[in-house]
Amino acid sequence: MEAVDHSHWSPLLGRLWWDALPQEPIVLATFVVVALGGAALVAGLTYFKLWGYLWKEWFTSVDHKKIGVMYMILGLIMFLRGFADAVMMRIQQSIAFNGNDGYLTAHHYDQVFTAHGVIMIFFVAMPFVTGLMNYVVPLQIGARDVSFPFLNNFSFWMTTAGAVLVMASLFIGEFAQTGWLAYPPLSNLAYSPWVGVDYYIWALQIAGVGTLLSGVNLIATIVKLRAPGMAMMRMPIFTWTALCTNVLIVAAFPVLTAVMAMLSVDRYLGFNFFSNDFGGSPMMYVNLIWIWGHPEVYILILPLFGVFSEVTATFCGKRLFGYSSMVYATLVITILSYLVWLHHFFTMGSGASVNSFFGITTMVISIPTGAKLFNWLFTMYRGRIRFELPMMWTVAFMMTFTIGGMTGVLLAVPPADFVLHNSLFLIAHFHNVIIGGVLFGIFAAINFWWPKAFGFKLNQFWGKVSFWLWVPGFWFAFMPLYILGLMGVTRRMRVFDDPSLQPFFIVAAFGALMIAGGIGAMLVQFAVSIWKREELKDETGDPWNGRTLEWSTSSPPPEYNFAFTPIVHDIDAWDDMKRCGVERPTSGFRPIHMPKSTGAGIILAGISTALGFAMIWYIWWLAAVSFLGIIGYAIFHTFNYKRDYHIPVETVEATEAERTRQLAAVGA
Amino acid sequence: MTATTADTSHNLSQAQLQAAFYDLNEHDHPEGGSTMLGFWMYLMSDCLIFAMLFAAFGVLGGNFAAGPGPKDLFDLKLVAVNTAMLLFSSITYGIAMIAMEKNQKGATQIWLLITAVFGAAFLSIELFEFHHMIAEGATPMRSAFLTAFFSLVGTHGLHVTFGLIWLFTLVAQVGTKGLIPANKRRLMCLSLFWHFLDVIWIGVFTFVYLMGML
Amino acid sequence: MRPPESRPKPRHPSALAKIVAALSLTGALTACNSVVLSPSGDVAQQQGDLVVTSTLLMLIIILPVMAATAFFAWHYRASNKEARYDPHWDHSTQLELLIWAAPLLIIICLGAITWVSTHLLDPYRTIGRIDAATAVPADAKPLEVEVVALDWKWLFIYPEQGVATVNELVVPTNRPLQFKITSSSVMNSFFVPAMAGQIYAMPGMETRLHAVINHPGEFIGFSANYSGAGFSHMRFATHAVTDAGFDQWAQGVKAGGQANAGTLDRAAYLQLEKPSEKVPVMRFASVSPDLYNAILNMCVEPGKMCMSDMMAIDARGGLGKEGIRNVQMLAYDRGGRQAAAQATANPTAAMQRELAWVRALCRQNPGSAPDHTIKAPASPRVLSGAGLSEPQSAPIFSHGQEALAAPAQTPAHPTQISRN
Repeated sequence: MEAVDHSHWSPLLGRLWWDALPQEPIVLATFVVVALGGAALVAGLTYFKLWGYLWKEWFTSVDHKKIGVMYMILGLIMFLRGFADAVMMRIQQSIAFNGNDGYLTAHHYDQVFTAHGVIMIFFVAMPFVTGLMNYVVPLQIGARDVSFPFLNNFSFWMTTAGAVLVMASLFIGEFAQTGWLAYPPLSNLAYSPWVGVDYYIWALQIAGVGTLLSGVNLIATIVKLRAPGMAMMRMPIFTWTALCTNVLIVAAFPVLTAVMAMLSVDRYLGFNFFSNDFGGSPMMYVNLIWIWGHPEVYILILPLFGVFSEVTATFCGKRLFGYSSMVYATLVITILSYLVWLHHFFTMGSGASVNSFFGITTMVISIPTGAKLFNWLFTMYRGRIRFELPMMWTVAFMMTFTIGGMTGVLLAVPPADFVLHNSLFLIAHFHNVIIGGVLFGIFAAINFWWPKAFGFKLNQFWGKVSFWLWVPGFWFAFMPLYILGLMGVTRRMRVFDDPSLQPFFIVAAFGALMIAGGIGAMLVQFAVSIWKREELKDETGDPWNGRTLEWSTSSPPPEYNFAFTPIVHDIDAWDDMKRCGVERPTSGFRPIHMPKSTGAGIILAGISTALGFAMIWYIWWLAAVSFLGIIGYAIFHTFNYKRDYHIPVETVEATEAERTRQLAAVGA
Repeated sequence: MTATTADTSHNLSQAQLQAAFYDLNEHDHPEGGSTMLGFWMYLMSDCLIFAMLFAAFGVLGGNFAAGPGPKDLFDLKLVAVNTAMLLFSSITYGIAMIAMEKNQKGATQIWLLITAVFGAAFLSIELFEFHHMIAEGATPMRSAFLTAFFSLVGTHGLHVTFGLIWLFTLVAQVGTKGLIPANKRRLMCLSLFWHFLDVIWIGVFTFVYLMGML
Repeated sequence: MRPPESRPKPRHPSALAKIVAALSLTGALTACNSVVLSPSGDVAQQQGDLVVTSTLLMLIIILPVMAATAFFAWHYRASNKEARYDPHWDHSTQLELLIWAAPLLIIICLGAITWVSTHLLDPYRTIGRIDAATAVPADAKPLEVEVVALDWKWLFIYPEQGVATVNELVVPTNRPLQFKITSSSVMNSFFVPAMAGQIYAMPGMETRLHAVINHPGEFIGFSANYSGAGFSHMRFATHAVTDAGFDQWAQGVKAGGQANAGTLDRAAYLQLEKPSEKVPVMRFASVSPDLYNAILNMCVEPGKMCMSDMMAIDARGGLGKEGIRNVQMLAYDRGGRQAAAQATANPTAAMQRELAWVRALCRQNPGSAPDHTIKAPASPRVLSGAGLSEPQSAPIFSHGQEALAAPAQTPAHPTQISRN
């Protein structure tokens, strides 16, 4: 497969030309389906006159709850895309034997595995995690919104803008064929001349702005807006992990921004940061990107550690064992995550002392992680465990993650890494921790907080179907990869010549099929639950006998979250209130001060998308116009000083009276 | 086992309990209470971007690619003048803040504009230096050292440029709205930003120029 | 053509049986051939053993945790009213101590193993033993092989024998091997799982690998780091043969036998370097002696300044403003792979550039590169740490110090950079 010559350039459209449209039949078919689906969606929204509603109530909303839900929806949509990529890889690898080239060309296959990695990390795991923190943290700390509600909306739309660019690359041009971290020299202009890497750079840059601002926002929220009485050591554990995660975000994402900027000046202007000649250093890229990349994996997992802690305590009906050791473990992980980056490239030829230093620091991280696992274990001890779906996911996590952690420590032993690095063993390891840790955690969280967000529980039957397809499916998909890694099979291979490997790949493909079933069952679970929401209704606002403040308000919570800000006397503040028998005050309400919705976030992110697109395709006039547009609009936005309003006391009274009726109806 | 409030709250009346568990007399939170903290964190993240550029300069700073090195290119006198411009601008910004504290709207604006003049002078000198180097052929494409140099100094220059745009915006906003709390907060943020750029420049001056010439 | 298998092929009666075998980890590992855990080279064997040791060590804590998780989950289920329920029990100093100390102890053990084994199995260190029972004789000279990762094939140069091959590595058994590894364009990773762990191949830089193969046979080698469209086919056969067999093979290649591709000089290399896939085995009866160094220093094309020369000049502070316009002779892969070839199309210009850099280099005294190989420990005992007390290694300079101390020693920088 020779590369096509894409040398066309015109002032109006830059590099954009007919040859940018899909050529490969699979992509073409996907394009047609997506185009038709999109058209149907737009037509439907127009027919039912929903655009105004969406714009007013969702797109321009600065309510952290709605933004949180939108993040989750974004994550879910991108998850389907990323999983489609995974299935394509599994099919390709299970048939490309004995001279069969499979059904994907190298150009296509290399994009698929790159897109899979990029999407799953940046546009699935990150939105899920950010969405959860956005939704839950302000409620858990008894706040009415985040510190900077407008920035929150802007962050969401910037993340979406990055996702839009990645999706656009599927149909217009190509995505990077470099692997998800785009190591130079391969990602330099000399070896990746067309638009793929530029899509990668701009998607990450734009989404990165959103992530960084959301990190700043949540730290400020947690530090400044906690309910009275909630000292740091009384914060719910999820809030603690969210705090550490956001500290990591603020301290790691600028590194990514800087590295991407360096790569772009190399590509766009011929600079020499990572070039082979003129004294550039590709190895510096590898170091810098992992200085971001390793904290990133803790950014993903820490909030889910928080979720598992909340879920375990709630469903065991017991205080979390070792709260302070949990907090210190989280802090230790946060700090250590900056001291291990080199373990991603022991094989680059650093000296033995450097390698063993980074190997040992990596192992040291397993100590606080192990302590956490024990804490969950001893929370279960002498508990009364209700095996609702969130708890099922938690137990599955504890079993799965332990193995993933073990193989991780194994890979941290440099000589062992020399034989396992870049192998399918490594792939199995990080899927073991990311699926077994992050995704299982997300599923636990969705099942746990869904009733809070929407006022009804999720259907249990379909949830269990999904669970029992996902968990064994995961092992079917990745156990063969562990074995293949030990057989010396490396990652990112498109075709194989040893037919004895094929059965393993077929088993792995079967596992992927089971996971597909699990995802399908989960979508059915959502649909069925929405369909039968009256039956699944929860009017108490506290369906699980919860322990933290989010369960003290109604489900879904009113726009202002709490009519009266709660005062905290204990770690499990709501449990404490219940045991003291406090009744919710039903009079003496006051008007509530809230931020106003604004369209500035979506508009700025829209112009940023145009800027990214223009830069990718070398459409210089559009790049200039959109850049000036961003600056101009941002300045214009700062002249708007009226960003807040008061919810009148009558509205508060009416909302709270409704809540009183609801509670009386269920006899609470 | 941890002692909890439940153990001590048996003999409280419901009204007492409510007062203990709910903030019944809540007032509006002062607006912008988190702004300075948030902005400080943004600055720290920006600082990390500079840290990366400094690190890149540290790694690549000796790779002249058989081309010119710092001693061939830098003019310390010019850089010293440049540094003075930026330091003066920080002082004048400080005076503007004192005027702001005294609620002197006109003085604040004037001192801000003087700051802008110094800032613009800094930028002009920097652009002159860049232009001179590029005209000689010492472009950022010439060597990794020059790449790292132009990127680090240029990023700082870009920050100053945005600071200037922001400064003019604030002058206009102080003009239309006066020294209202929101504008004071914004002036404080820009103040942090401006002094931060000063600190970064001192790093640049020391590590790039002085150590390059010595 | 199917590349050879790494070990005698396991026989599976049917596809179904194979799938069944694949279902269980232990079943699979015995039925199939895990080259990582049972390789044919001593270095890989020690690395594989380390995988097993570390796993067993961690299982000491992993298994009880998993068992306890299962037991607690079952025993404390809500429907079991027999189980004790203690909703306020949330702290126990002894237990806290235990849960931090137990993993700590395991990690201390593992950390010690890591420190020792990482030093002993450092790919830069010459091997100290042929196998568990045999030490390397004091006078043994390793077989040197220069490895170049090309798009998308492997070039092996045998400097002693003066021959070269593409996609075929032939080595004698039970003789220490020293690989010097570089790449022409992008990052790859040189990996023969049956022999030893991998190490990256990077353009303009040299990495080292020391290894040995103990059993004769055919093994598979490949790039373990994705390098672009032809990556999947970047595989080569590794033949381990007896000493006599090796000499015979080298003689055969020299005499120009099968798959003979003639002489590998600069012109032939520049042709070979162009991207290609599924390249059949090629054998070159002779090789220009300075070719590998030119590849490593990115100056195979006429008129290019070698990286080593550039680094030496840089260590002296560059060429000043006179050097500003010397851009053509430094450009390697700027603007794509083809541009470089076009740049050399004009021989007069190339000649002038060559003259220019000769003039620039008049001040330099080319010398020999210091050898940064770390010597093997005196004692062949493994993982005991005994060898570590006397690491008879060449001094490792930091990049800057080295440059100051020995500006005349030219092709030093590649190993320097990748060692830091």
